[in-house]
Amino acid sequence: MIRLLVAMAARHLLSRRRQSVVSLLGVVLGVSFFLAISAMMRGSELDIMHRLVDNAPHVTIEDDYRTPTRQPVAQMFPEALVQLHHVVPQTETRGIRGYPRILDDLRRMPGLQASALLGGQALVSFAGKDRAVGLNGIVASEYVRVSTIRRYMVRGSLDELETNPNGIVVGDELARLMSLTMNDNVNVASTTGQVRTFKVIGLFHTGRSDFDAGQAFVALKRAQSLLDRPNRINTIVIRLVDPDAALAEAARIEQRVRYKTVSWQERSEDLMSALTIRRIIMYAVVGAVLVVAAFGIYNVISTVVLEKQRDIAILRAMGFEARDIERMFLAQGAIIGAIGNVFGIALGCGLMAGLMRVHFRFPGSSDVSYLVLDWSAFQFALASGVAMFAAMTASYLPARRAAKVEPVDVLRGGT
Amino acid sequence: MPGAIRLDHVTRRLDADVPVTLVDDASLRIDAGECVAIVGPSGSGKSSLLYLMGLLDQPTRGHIVLRGEDTAGYGDAERAEARLRAIGFVFQSHFLLPEFTARENVMLPMRRLGRLGEDAIHARAGELLAALDLKTQCDKWPRQLSGGQSQRVAIARALANDPMLILADEPTGNLDSVASRTVQQIILTLAHEQGRAVAVVTHDTSFAAQADRRIRIVDGRIQP
Repeated sequence: MIRLLVAMAARHLLSRRRQSVVSLLGVVLGVSFFLAISAMMRGSELDIMHRLVDNAPHVTIEDDYRTPTRQPVAQMFPEALVQLHHVVPQTETRGIRGYPRILDDLRRMPGLQASALLGGQALVSFAGKDRAVGLNGIVASEYVRVSTIRRYMVRGSLDELETNPNGIVVGDELARLMSLTMNDNVNVASTTGQVRTFKVIGLFHTGRSDFDAGQAFVALKRAQSLLDRPNRINTIVIRLVDPDAALAEAARIEQRVRYKTVSWQERSEDLMSALTIRRIIMYAVVGAVLVVAAFGIYNVISTVVLEKQRDIAILRAMGFEARDIERMFLAQGAIIGAIGNVFGIALGCGLMAGLMRVHFRFPGSSDVSYLVLDWSAFQFALASGVAMFAAMTASYLPARRAAKVEPVDVLRGGT
Repeated sequence: MPGAIRLDHVTRRLDADVPVTLVDDASLRIDAGECVAIVGPSGSGKSSLLYLMGLLDQPTRGHIVLRGEDTAGYGDAERAEARLRAIGFVFQSHFLLPEFTARENVMLPMRRLGRLGEDAIHARAGELLAALDLKTQCDKWPRQLSGGQSQRVAIARALANDPMLILADEPTGNLDSVASRTVQQIILTLAHEQGRAVAVVTHDTSFAAQADRRIRIVDGRIQP
């Protein structure tokens, strides 16, 4: 039965070959543009997300609290109105207290790796040049488990920080700016006034010029000494097996350790919102292309319905039901949608392959960049699904009209 | 015997600003093997009566009994099913679907019914066309056929599912005299030799004279 209706629908379309081809072209172009643009936008989005997730900690414990600690007297009388005068804050070394115990505790939790980090500002001096850098004190053997930095090493090794406590690993951009080479000795001064000499034992290149020019890694003990924070760290970096679980994990960890714990989603909230808005705009634009294509389909099927009133009447007289007639015209939309999909996906793949060859250099980046495209089945399914939906919706109204044709009215109308 | 079709006091009225009565209190019965000519002036309600008999239209009042079964409670699907299995239409114009060949036009009702396999449908369409002297025209498009040939293809299509009732609305109205005589003979054969009930609306008095019975209708009323 369905075969018969599809065959009849195909004959109708073939009888209006030119209009059918035009509406088919609309779907082909719609699908291909939808596919290419959404794959490009989604690809770049995934690339950004990948960088966010991959190159930054999934969860970070900071030496801070979301809500300030209440004074003991306020804790003691929670219902009372307490006003304290002349409170003198206790001077203390900032940092996460008892971090080894917290780390042990975290490492017992399944699905995560944790590493301590002490970050601070420092001034690197070499050959009369000074540059401010973010100094990261790490335990290399632990840090490489939570970071991708090892992947970006171009000279030397991060692991050497374990054996060479006076070593420093810097970005190749900083090295270029300061004319540094491997094994050069640099002076590093902290904001507390302490100065140490370090030997360059490694260079990394992440492709992000601000990171490559502004970050340096040293052994944790040396950083604690330089920044005058003995036995303290100010960050615990956590990597999860499932990055998407970061939001929930961060909340769970914060409940345990009480220090402010930030997931990558929270840290990138603004960016995530911007990406969502960008995605909505993108789908609205590419969807509009298919809406235009749908009008083409509507036009051709409406014309067929108007022209085939007599044939519809005779089919009804033969014994075809109203819903058969409706299905026959819906099948026309499905045929245009399906064929349009096949050619549209083929053209879309061509466009995507072409876009992947486009390369350019972003301002501030030392690398050549390529467009990242998302070739996932989801993109194809989405383009195909939207096109089919548009085609079926466009054919639905004329199909309904065809089903409502009263054969007697048409037959009375004469020959 | 219930008769192939029976109309009991059937009225069809169109509700408009000025209501129009197309068929007024019509009662008739057509038996298998009988050819009934429905005659009357233009606009008298002949075709409307035929559409009611063919379940294309529904009566405002009265009952249509097909093969002994009252069709009053039929929905769209049941009326379509009854048309598919039991009723064959032939119109003044052949109304062949232009996108299909002669054979494919004849195959359509059989494909819709789905009682036979594709090969059997193909073969039966060929047999029906051959029986109407159209063996060499099977694979031609409607535009390649003459008026008489097209009308014979339309008759073959009406016979596709072996209906017991044939309803013909001015089947010779657009044909020349030779083709008209051929079609008349075929229609009479359907009743007299094949035992089908046939109702023919016609203005052709010679054709009406050959029918077993003539029903005259004026202003929607069957004349005594």
